[in-house]
Parts: sequence; C-alpha cells; structure tokens
Amino acid sequence: MENTSAISIRNLDVDYGSRRILSNINFDIRQGEIMVIMGGSGSGKSTLLRTMLGLKKPSAGHINMLGTDICHASQKELYKLREKMGVAFQGGALFTSMSVTENIQLPLREHTKLDENTIQIMTRIKLDMVNLLPYENLMPSELSGGMKKRAALARAIIMDPKLLFFDEPSAGLDPITSAELDNLIVMLKESMRMTIVVVTHELESVFAIADRIAILGDGELIQIGSPEEIKSSTDERVINLLNRTPRENIVDGDVHLQRLTRDNQ
Amino acid sequence: MKSKLSAESNYDVLELSGEIDLHYSPELREMILGSLKDGKSLLINMAEVSYIDSSGIASLVEGFQTAKTAKLSYGLLKISSPALQVLTLTRLDRVFTLYDTAEQFQSHL
Repeated sequence: MENTSAISIRNLDVDYGSRRILSNINFDIRQGEIMVIMGGSGSGKSTLLRTMLGLKKPSAGHINMLGTDICHASQKELYKLREKMGVAFQGGALFTSMSVTENIQLPLREHTKLDENTIQIMTRIKLDMVNLLPYENLMPSELSGGMKKRAALARAIIMDPKLLFFDEPSAGLDPITSAELDNLIVMLKESMRMTIVVVTHELESVFAIADRIAILGDGELIQIGSPEEIKSSTDERVINLLNRTPRENIVDGDVHLQRLTRDNQ
Repeated sequence: MKSKLSAESNYDVLELSGEIDLHYSPELREMILGSLKDGKSLLINMAEVSYIDSSGIASLVEGFQTAKTAKLSYGLLKISSPALQVLTLTRLDRVFTLYDTAEQFQSHL
C-alpha cells in the first residue's frame, strides 16, 4: 500500500443553516486503501461524503483530492477530477428511463470516445463482476433493491476510477450478497488499484473490508485507525458504537419543557 | 504504454509495457485488430505490463474473438502479476490461453 494521500481533509467545518454538522475535521485517505467512515445516525458521515463529492460546500477548510482542492476548483478542474471518481449511491440513483446496460454505459458515452465494441465488452465485464449479466436489458423498476445497488456499483466502476465512493454498500442486502459485495470491494482495491471510501454502519462489513476506519460522532472525528486499533479503543463513544449500546438521552427538565411548549408562549 | 510489433515466420509478437488505460486502449485495439486482419496469429507479451484497466482488457477480448472467428491462434505470454490480477477479477484467466514461453505457443500453431 502506498503512503501518499489520495484525499486530504483539513480544518473542515460544514453547516446547514445555523447548525454545525461537521466541526474541524482533519484526516488523510491514503492511495490504495479502503477507508471506512462510520458513525451513528446524525454523526455527520453522510454530510462528509456529500462534501467530499463536492455536493455540499464547506463553511471552512479544504479538501484536496488527487491534487485538486475541490473547495476552490473551477468547473473544468472538477469535471476532470470527476472522470477519475466513481460514486455508488445508497439507493442506486439509476435513471429510470434507461435499461441497466444504458445506465452503466452512460459515463463511457459522456466522457470517452471509445469504440462501440469496447464499450459493449467493458459493460459486460462490469455486469459480470456484479453478477448482473443475465439482467442487462431490464429496467431499474424491474430490479430488487440489492440488484439496483449492484447496478449502481457497476456504473461507478465502469471507467475504472482512481477513487471509488460507496454509500452504505450492505444496507438492505441479504448476508450472502453482502459478503460477495465486500469481497468485490477488496478485489477492486487490490486488482484495479482503487482508493475506496465506504460510508457505512454495518459492523460486519466494516471489519471485513477496512484498511482503516474513521469514526465520527456528533460532527467530530472521534478516532481514526486500523480495525485492530478501533476494536481496542478505550473511547466510550467508539465502544458504544461497536457494542451497539443505545445512547443515553439525558434530559434537562427545563430545556425539554421549553422545547415542547415554545410556540405556546 | 509502450508497444513493439515484430513478425516471426508464421505469427506476430506484440510486446506491451507500462500502463494500459482508457487513453491507450484504442491504440492497443488498432494494433491487435490490424495484425489479425493480415491473417497472422498473434502472441501478446505482457511481462512488462504494470497496469491494465478494463478498456485494455476489452481490447484483448475483442482481439481474441476476432482471432477465433478467423481461426487464428491468439495467446498471452508471460503475463505480469498486476495484469493477471485483473484477468482473475474479471474471470478471463479461464478464457484466454496463457503461455510461459513462445515455444509453447508455437507448438499450438
């Protein structure tokens, strides 16, 4: 594994309106590693992913991705960077008016001038990798949730990206499909030299695929380290996350009363 | 990617080295199909290939299919470890004929 950074995040703050979602986030993702970003609901992990993808502007800080500062890059620079990125969204985000094959081929048709035969073979290679080859002519509405997720992955890797982002790969999948997908993610890293960022809270997947794990809680980076370091963490929030301990909701009586009655005063 | 095409008595040898990606795979495709179009069997030496992406693999696959249709021999020689990993991932290590020596290929002509 190389030690140079594919992604550097420095002093990152992200707000939604007056509410701070991410606060002073600092970490690097090395080239050729699988970094899993995990945390409970509301931890800020999805916002971090959206910010890394350039879909949400940070309030402060920088994200350098393959040498481009995405917070200050021109549209042209971002377009060029996106040719090296693949994203598999949680729900698939497939175009409903296009077949599975047409969805998967879309990035090749948008970004390259490859021969039609090359495009057809590349598409079938990727469909085979995600076990969807028999379903190439189906429409997204005819696919199960797991199949949509796999089609989204095939589209995300069709250009053999240097950076692959995967939002909740295992959510909603049966255990066998989930394990197959984990295996494919590891193979993609090893064979295709991809740097892979996975956002998930599925613990089994996390420890099956991660080279390193970044744990977010309440908008802050709690800990980053190898799976072994995370497993032996002494941080209570990390232990609670790994042990699935419910959060204790400490209620201040006055604050709670005010919250419930504020519009009645 | 660097490439060198040389002619043996009854087949061509294409030596490839470096990285084969989206930018170079059209060139690779032209070379493979051009050689087969001349009716010559083809041995592709992949010992020095440090990376091949799926567009490069697609060019190899199209060449193989073209060779089969034309009843020509087509093989991959001394495939490098990074290239073999990609072939294994795409399950094409079971499709292509892989050779350790040029003599093995010659014996199949």
